[in-house]
Amino acid sequence: MVPITTLHYLVVAAALFALGVIGVLTRRNVVIVLMAIELILNAVNLNLVAFSRMWGNLHGQLFAIFIVVDAAAEAAVGLGILIAFFRNKETINIDEIDLLKW
Amino acid sequence: MNPAMNPGVVGNMAPVATPWFFYVLAGLAVASGLAVITRRNAVHAALALIVTLLSVAGLYLMLYAPFVAGVQIIVYAGGIMVLFLFVIMLVNIERASKERRFNRMWPVGLVASCALMGLLISAFIKGRALFPDRMVALPEASNTQQVAAMLYGEAGKMGAYTFAFEIASLLLLVAILGAVIMTKKKI
Repeated sequence: MVPITTLHYLVVAAALFALGVIGVLTRRNVVIVLMAIELILNAVNLNLVAFSRMWGNLHGQLFAIFIVVDAAAEAAVGLGILIAFFRNKETINIDEIDLLKW
Repeated sequence: MNPAMNPGVVGNMAPVATPWFFYVLAGLAVASGLAVITRRNAVHAALALIVTLLSVAGLYLMLYAPFVAGVQIIVYAGGIMVLFLFVIMLVNIERASKERRFNRMWPVGLVASCALMGLLISAFIKGRALFPDRMVALPEASNTQQVAAMLYGEAGKMGAYTFAFEIASLLLLVAILGAVIMTKKKI
């Protein structure tokens, strides 16, 4: 059995990142787009923690904690925008959010 | 038995985390991540995202990061996902669940994302000399203390990340104010 190295974790994180990008680019439901952004942030966190173990210090884990804080702020503001928008236009479809489009 | 009490034992113990754990957790994370972006019902997607978050927390445990794993479970799977579920219940999902799931440009997005993943993985494999195979065993029992020392400082001195920690609290305050103001009907 091959021992698990940093490269294994990086490949898993790349797969999660690609899944998140697919979700952001293709889904029409804004809530699911926000969830896909959470997937992307989780992939980045996994990379940081794997590098933290590779170098044997804790800076990567600290960065991961700060990214969790950022994710919480981003989810709160994004969902607030979503509710304000739903109150005005009665839809959460991303194709119909074109008020600023010329 | 507390490993911190007799540190000699830690080095000699056979690692509990075998490669099987890694493959199971990684497969679970990727499979439920796939479910997140394909489910028609947003509640099902949220539940699949919780499974992804929990398996990533398990991967953090395998990487000797128990504090980050705990934060992941408490903040992500506990806090942020409850926020998501509340918003899903607030906006109507009946209409959204009857519409098309993907936009018209979905083949382009799919191809572009798969190309991005292929680029990343080929870069990792070509540059694997940059990622040495050594995996340092970090001290697990004192992980939280070390993280706290870097966040808050110790012995009266500021830690490496104390200033960033204060800025993060400010960021959360601004985000809470923004969310409240945007969701209020009348200010």
